[in-house]
Amino acid sequence: MSEHHKDIDQPTGVETTGHEWDGIKELNNPLPRWWLYIWYGTIAFSIGYMVVMPAIPALPGLGTNTRGLAGQSDRIAVAEQVESLRAQRSASGSALLTASLEEIETDRELQQFAMASGESAFGDNCATCHGAGGRGAKGYPTLADDAWLWSGTLEGIQYTLQHGIRHEEDPETRFSLMPAFGRDRLLERQQIDDVVNHVLSLSGREVDEAASSRGADIFAAQCASCHGANGTGDRTVGAPNLTDDIWVFGGEYRDVYNTVYNARNAHMPAWGERLDEATIKSLAVYVHSLGGGE
Amino acid sequence: MSRVTLITPKSPPPAPPPQDLYAKRKQIYPKLAHGKFRTVKWLAMAGMLGIYYLVPWLRWDRGTGVPDQAVLADFAGERFFFFGIEIWPQEAYYLAGLMILAALGLFLVTSLFGRVWCGYACPQTVWTDLYIWVERAFEGDRAARMRLDAKPMSFNKAWRKVGKHAVWLLIAFVTGGAFILYFHDAQMIAQTFFIGEAPLSAYWFAAILTFTTYALAGTMREQVCTYLCPWPRIQAALTDEHALNVTYRYDRGEPRGPHRKGESWEGRGDCIDCKQCVQVCPMGIDIRDGAQLECIHCALCIDACDEMMKKVERPTGLIAYDTDIAVARRAAGMRTQYRLIRARTVLYAALMVAIAALMAWGLLNRGTFEVNVLKDRSPPYVRLSDGDIRNGYTLKLVNKSGEAREMSLEANGIDGLQLEVIGLEATEAGRIFLPVAAHGVDRYRIFVTVPQETAGGRDHFTLLLQDTATGELHGNRTSFMAPGD
Ligand code: SF4
Ligand code: SF4
Repeated sequence: MSEHHKDIDQPTGVETTGHEWDGIKELNNPLPRWWLYIWYGTIAFSIGYMVVMPAIPALPGLGTNTRGLAGQSDRIAVAEQVESLRAQRSASGSALLTASLEEIETDRELQQFAMASGESAFGDNCATCHGAGGRGAKGYPTLADDAWLWSGTLEGIQYTLQHGIRHEEDPETRFSLMPAFGRDRLLERQQIDDVVNHVLSLSGREVDEAASSRGADIFAAQCASCHGANGTGDRTVGAPNLTDDIWVFGGEYRDVYNTVYNARNAHMPAWGERLDEATIKSLAVYVHSLGGGE
Repeated sequence: MSRVTLITPKSPPPAPPPQDLYAKRKQIYPKLAHGKFRTVKWLAMAGMLGIYYLVPWLRWDRGTGVPDQAVLADFAGERFFFFGIEIWPQEAYYLAGLMILAALGLFLVTSLFGRVWCGYACPQTVWTDLYIWVERAFEGDRAARMRLDAKPMSFNKAWRKVGKHAVWLLIAFVTGGAFILYFHDAQMIAQTFFIGEAPLSAYWFAAILTFTTYALAGTMREQVCTYLCPWPRIQAALTDEHALNVTYRYDRGEPRGPHRKGESWEGRGDCIDCKQCVQVCPMGIDIRDGAQLECIHCALCIDACDEMMKKVERPTGLIAYDTDIAVARRAAGMRTQYRLIRARTVLYAALMVAIAALMAWGLLNRGTFEVNVLKDRSPPYVRLSDGDIRNGYTLKLVNKSGEAREMSLEANGIDGLQLEVIGLEATEAGRIFLPVAAHGVDRYRIFVTVPQETAGGRDHFTLLLQDTATGELHGNRTSFMAPGD
């Protein structure tokens, strides 16, 4: 410190730093010595820390970061935590395997576990098509309503999840094919118009009466084998009920015309190929709980 | 009121010492004071320590299944218990309110009477006082301690030092141990702690508080107040020339100087420069230098000075609780006046009353039962096969009372509305009875279906819950979504 800065504050007798604001001068009081020692202590600690813990990042030409004597690694720690979580879960997971679906639904603890794991598996795998909470979308059935194409029981849902729908690699997949009446020239355009009028009349819609009655005959000949004489559908072949208010591919005239002309034959993967049995069971319980379970 | 200039009494500036960047701590040997403030401080200390160590042992019956400890922060159970009050995590704002009240209380007291908190109630002051008491028991009072420290190590010195530190550590451990009693059942943790079965966090906290108590009250002492604590800085902004602070009345004391018995008091001040006020000061400062950041306003220098004044047969109160303005006015030959009611004191007091009233009102009127209805966001609504529209909800019932309840549930507000609770049957009258556990949260899934003729756009309905035993009613207006506008 240069000489001319040695300004002494009169009342306290303490040297000032020479800084002055509005006539107020800053005193240059000495720091307590223990403060200094604590600072030295932190330096010593940091050196020890760098030796014991991974501290120096991978520098070019040095390969990896330093590992530290303690062998601490966040990556290993995470792996261990995941492992222990898995071990914890496997207890409940194996309980899921042995219990029947009904037992899972009635046992409060198992049910909670299945719901939690089912919900997260649903979000990861199913919600892309069926929407969060099974809200559905055009072409993708709503799972929260009370209409089912194939089955709405616990076992039925489990089967669908396991084997998929029209998933050709799985011999046990749920399978049926609706003919593309227009594209494959099975029906004339006029005939399709008639049958669509009839189909819409089944759910009480206002239609062209003449067309509808012409369509009734075509329906009996072409459609009733699967959708039933009254159009109430057949779950063994996944033929939807045409008399209710639920239309997976849309219930407007254009939508239904399109369906009859081109057929839809939607596909769902067989999740048994990708998910383990406990997860499938959890999913079945979860989907069953969404509001439509039978 | 005429303005007066405040002047700080100046002792002649000492010759500037060669200044070092770092200063060694000067050991302070506070002498034992006798007098009314020392007595008050002993009582305050006994009170504070008593509260701290004994409160966790108080019991308060809250019924079965709930802890019976009067004051308990139960982290595992997510509850805070304070006698008859039970605070849930979502009500943490009561704790925030308490903190604000405490801060305002500190402001008010400081603007009225200076650092009363520092002088009498702060744990740092209380435990330091206790530690000095132990020190005095082993090593004697100021003069004896100074002599002992100057002597080379001997058996006599060794056992006194070892004994002192041992007792300090014991007090530190009891302090750290008492802390964890506030977070666990006191009786249970006191037993499991010693057989090694308490949770790890309990040992950690006990260890940390043992260490801090020993270090801060035993070895750091006044340095905590001067260097670590923010309060001395804050209080400078809260105190003003009208606040009653421990003050050396220089108007009466100066000019100071030794006085021999029989000499005249004419033309001189009452301060006989005996330095008793400096010797008793736990902060090692001289109050006669004026208001200082270090001064914790413990008032021990008042006691020391009063004792001397009695000896020399002068009136006591040369050092006293006084205001800067009063001293300055007297020095200028004016009449003194005290103004405890000032804008800031009124404001602090008013704020305190307002907040306390708000909290009391909230506590008195808070129900022991809460209804939360969470509407499913996805799907917002579901069209059923017959065309009707259904919405799903999660009903959360929070029961803060110690008794289980049964609530009957009804819904109305939309024509043709139908209510269904998953897992529960409705009676013929369309009512559904929901059991709710004591001190708990129960969740129910409910479905509300509205015929397509009356559904459309956003509508509202009311869920009505009634306690079947007491008739207590809770309504909750909730929205219902349907396609359309
Ligand atoms: S200065 Fe801080 S630590 Fe010291 S007595 Fe006051 S509040 Fe307590
Ligand atoms: S100057 Fe007096 S009041 Fe202030 S800390 Fe020292 S003894 Fe206590």
